[in-house]
Amino acid sequence: MKMELIQPFINSADAVLAQSLQCETRVGDVSMEDEIYRRKGVAAIIEINGDIEGRIILDTDPGTAMHIAAHLAGGEVDSSDDLVRETICELANMVIGNAITSLNDQGFRFKISPPQVHAAEHGLSGNEETEALVMCFETAKGSVFMNIAMHYKRRRKEERAAAVVG
Amino acid sequence: MEQFAALVKAKDNKPLRYLIVDDSIFARKNLAKMLESFGGEVAGEAGDGCTAITEYERVHPDLVLMDITMPQMEGIEAAERIVRQYPNARVVMVSSVGYQENIVAALQKGARHFVQKPVKADVLYEVVRYVMGDDVLTAQTVSAGGK
Repeated sequence: MKMELIQPFINSADAVLAQSLQCETRVGDVSMEDEIYRRKGVAAIIEINGDIEGRIILDTDPGTAMHIAAHLAGGEVDSSDDLVRETICELANMVIGNAITSLNDQGFRFKISPPQVHAAEHGLSGNEETEALVMCFETAKGSVFMNIAMHYKRRRKEERAAAVVG
Repeated sequence: MEQFAALVKAKDNKPLRYLIVDDSIFARKNLAKMLESFGGEVAGEAGDGCTAITEYERVHPDLVLMDITMPQMEGIEAAERIVRQYPNARVVMVSSVGYQENIVAALQKGARHFVQKPVKADVLYEVVRYVMGDDVLTAQTVSAGGK
C-alpha cells in the first residue's frame, strides 16, 4: 500500500482523535497484516468505492470505547449502551471522511458508505491485491486501532492491461 | 460546554428552531448540545433523507443541519427536495466528507453553507449567524435594543 494513500488517514486520525478527545495522540505500532483480522472489541467498518476500493475498520477494546463514549457524551454510559457503538461509528466516520476529503482533493474519486458496527469476530484479510495495514493510536482514553485494506482499482486495471499487451 | 450569547429570531425574540438530520445518534446528540448552548431549540430530528423531508414539513424549522452520507437518501438529495418545495428553507450541510465537489454540489442544490466534522461549536455558531442573516439577533443585541 502506497504512503500517499496512508498518510491522509494517519493525519486525519491524529487530528480527529486529538480534537474530539481533547488530548495528545501518538502513533504507536504500525504493522502489515496478511492474516485474518480479529476484532478487538467495539468496531466500526466503512467501505470505500471508486478509484480506490476497500474497507477501513476502527476498533477499540470495550473499556476504551466506553471511556471515549463517556467523554464525548459528557457523562456516564453503560457498556451495553448503543451509544458506545454509535460513538465509535461516528468517530470512524469523522476520521475516514476527513482522510477521504484530502485524497479527493489530490484527485482520487470515490465514495464511502455510512459506517456500520462491525460485529463479526473476524474481518476481511489482506490478499495479493488488498494489503491490510494496522495502526495503533495511543490516546488518553486508551488505544484506538485502524485497520486499512484497500487497493487502487483504476491503476491495477491499467497495470493488468499493460501486462497483457506486453 | 462553552456558552454563547443566545441567538433569537429578530421578528419575535423567540429561540431559533432547528431540524437535525444525521444517521448517527451520537452526532445528533452532539449537535443538539451545541445548538442548545446557542439558546436554540431542537424542533425535530431525522436519521435519513426521506425522514428529513417529512420532518421538515411537520416542524418547519428555521434552520436544517444536514449530514451528507446517510442510508436510503443522501443529504444532498434531501436538501434539494426540501429547497425545491420550500425555496426559503435554510439548509446547512454538516459532514466529515468535505471535498470541493461535494461542497459545490450541495451549494448548487440549494444548501446555504457547509460545516466539516468534527464540528467546532464556535464555527457552527458563526455559520448559523451568517446563514440566518438579518433574521437573527444575539441576546446582547436584544437587551441593548430593549433599554
